[in-house]
Amino acid sequence: MTAQLPQSAAACPGCLAAPAQAVELPPEPARLALSLPGIHCQGCIAGVERVLNGYPGITSARVNLTLKRAMIEAEADVNAVDLLPVLADAGYEAYELDPGALRATQTDRAGRDLLMRLAVAGFASMNVMLLSVSVWSGAADATRDMFHWISAAITLPAIAFSAQPFFRNAWSALRARKLNMDVPIVLAIVLALVTSLWETALSGKHAYFDAAIALTFFLLAGRYLDYRTRAAARSAAEELAALEVPRAWRLVNGVEAEVSVADLAVGDLIRVRPGGRMPIDGVVEEGQSELDRSLLTGETLPVFAEPGQAVSAGEVNLTGPLTIRATAVGQETSLHRMADLVAIAESGRSNYTSLADRAAKLYAPGVHILSALSFLGWYLYTWDMRTALNIAAAVLIITCPCALGLAVPAVTTAASGRLFRKGMLIKDATALERLAAVDTVVFDKTGTLTAGAPDLTNLGDHGRRELEVALALAEISAHPLSRALTQAAREAGIKPAALTDITEVPGYGTQALWQGRRVRLGRGAWVGAKEATGTVAWLGIEGDAPRAFTFTDALRAGAEEAVAALIADGKDVLLMSGDTTHAVEALAKRLCITKWVAEALPEDKAARITMLSEEGRHVLMVGDGLNDTTALSAAHVSISPASALDAARVASDIVLLGTDLKPIPEALGVADRAVRRIRENFQIATVYNVIAVPLAVAGLATPLIAALAMSASSITVSLNALRLR
Amino acid sequence: MEVLAYLIPISLTLGAVGLIGFLYTVRSNQYDDPDGDSRRILSDEWDDRPKP
Repeated sequence: MTAQLPQSAAACPGCLAAPAQAVELPPEPARLALSLPGIHCQGCIAGVERVLNGYPGITSARVNLTLKRAMIEAEADVNAVDLLPVLADAGYEAYELDPGALRATQTDRAGRDLLMRLAVAGFASMNVMLLSVSVWSGAADATRDMFHWISAAITLPAIAFSAQPFFRNAWSALRARKLNMDVPIVLAIVLALVTSLWETALSGKHAYFDAAIALTFFLLAGRYLDYRTRAAARSAAEELAALEVPRAWRLVNGVEAEVSVADLAVGDLIRVRPGGRMPIDGVVEEGQSELDRSLLTGETLPVFAEPGQAVSAGEVNLTGPLTIRATAVGQETSLHRMADLVAIAESGRSNYTSLADRAAKLYAPGVHILSALSFLGWYLYTWDMRTALNIAAAVLIITCPCALGLAVPAVTTAASGRLFRKGMLIKDATALERLAAVDTVVFDKTGTLTAGAPDLTNLGDHGRRELEVALALAEISAHPLSRALTQAAREAGIKPAALTDITEVPGYGTQALWQGRRVRLGRGAWVGAKEATGTVAWLGIEGDAPRAFTFTDALRAGAEEAVAALIADGKDVLLMSGDTTHAVEALAKRLCITKWVAEALPEDKAARITMLSEEGRHVLMVGDGLNDTTALSAAHVSISPASALDAARVASDIVLLGTDLKPIPEALGVADRAVRRIRENFQIATVYNVIAVPLAVAGLATPLIAALAMSASSITVSLNALRLR
Repeated sequence: MEVLAYLIPISLTLGAVGLIGFLYTVRSNQYDDPDGDSRRILSDEWDDRPKP
């Protein structure tokens, strides 16, 4: 008997059902990734690793507690999906991650590179600073010269290695005939090194090696902070993307096979189960069902689907299995074509110049002119090249935007950390600054202000008998309306009636026999009622008139508070939705929003936001659907919830990680304070410059004063930023 | 002042040892999971013999 079974190397029961060709591939080790949001202690680490390492086929598994993730090396026939129930049995919540989407986090080369440069600069600056202390406290003659030479020997290679990012940035800016903050930095470093070498060779008194290397160190610290903030946001955003594993079931000669969405081709037959999302654009070939299009169009009412109906990627299949013939895959799908619209809308936003860049634009030419003027003045006054060059270098070092380079990253790091703990992910470096300027907030309805799940509203209108029948019919269906009805009836203490011959008719509803009478729950036309406005499910009992169960969309947690807080703050709140006028008006009334737009197409939304921007307003767009993507990119700044489509999350600057909307008004407050701190930091840096620059121009700045002014301003600026935490 | 001839090389060497040690920890991915590593040391699982 056993000889008749196909030979299979599969080690798990799930793989036995998989087609033969998957097993025939040479077994190459697979890399799997799991997200473990619940782990928090050494017991969890040991527990998860014990479970995974004991699973047949896994060669090694290691948990990363910082990222709350497990990386697994396993043989090719181990599926991540099969590991989830095993971990759930052991008491650990686990989700599959797409390891392809996580690749960028693993090879974090740029961050490591920056950290090494920072370490080298820190080491060199500590040593050179110590040598300089001896010079300042009175080392003279040969000892001073020796100290200067040793400092030079440490500083020159250290700067050649660690200041490379500044050299590269300055060079690319100069090549584009522009000035950025790196140009004065590089000029100051190079000029300080040249004059110091010259002075040392002539056994002069003043050398600025310590200033040059300390400058590099402080600026690299700012760069590293900036990088860390962005890397943390990128890694969290990647994790969100990786949670959606792109997978489809392809029908080949009547056999289903699991394939990656990337391998699908036009003309393929794809099976989409109830609850599954369409991976491609296509036409329904077989089956009847209902489609949830809320993420694409904002409609809350499911759409009926039958053979011949066109479907597009991103729609969710609700009741019956569907077989789809692909008409467009990958980049060709409507989901991806939306990206072009997004790119057009985004070009408008890239015009935004950050506060730091605006400061640099004013600052860089000022510094160069000041330094050149003092050089010229002293040269004409003394006709001594050496003194003039020395003073020009001192001016450049003292005015160098050390505090400026730290002022913005220190504040954004502190503010992003604070918002991250509240469940907001800042994806864009300038998002905080833009958020602070917001005066108008535009909300999308479905999936943003509402949870996307319906709520039964007229339970009290029906008799116990009808409710019992309706509950019995609703219980067997996974349709969102049926689920809401089941939940509401159960909570009211209703027991299901005894029915026979219960069947679900995909796309229409459920029917059964009750005391010899046919009963149906579903679409109006099918039950024998006329369609009504709003979201309605009909119950038809043979011999009685059909009864309507009406639903509204449940509000998302914190939606009421968030809207109320924004209105109280004096922001203009608008509601824009692709849903029907009836539904939008009801919600707007409930939330006291006076301005609303219904049945808006994606282009309408974007156009309206552009119109608002042209009126001089700064718009914050909050939305989740594909129909919001263009609007999200057109707005001054945008937020999307974690439940949004990937395309919407990519288009927005900030992602809400929780389900609650309450952090939005708080985020506006934090952004406001962050921008105020940045401005304060600029003022502090200016005050230091106002005190130190006259000394430098007058030729009174010794290396000691330069070192003091620079370190003191950097440290005050960082401490001021930390007050935000 | 002759003592400087010893002291300066010694201090530089010690600093360099620290620097090289830090670079080694960066290169061998020891900062990938700071939370987990600080917890792992509390587990008594491999107390009797090292992990194979």
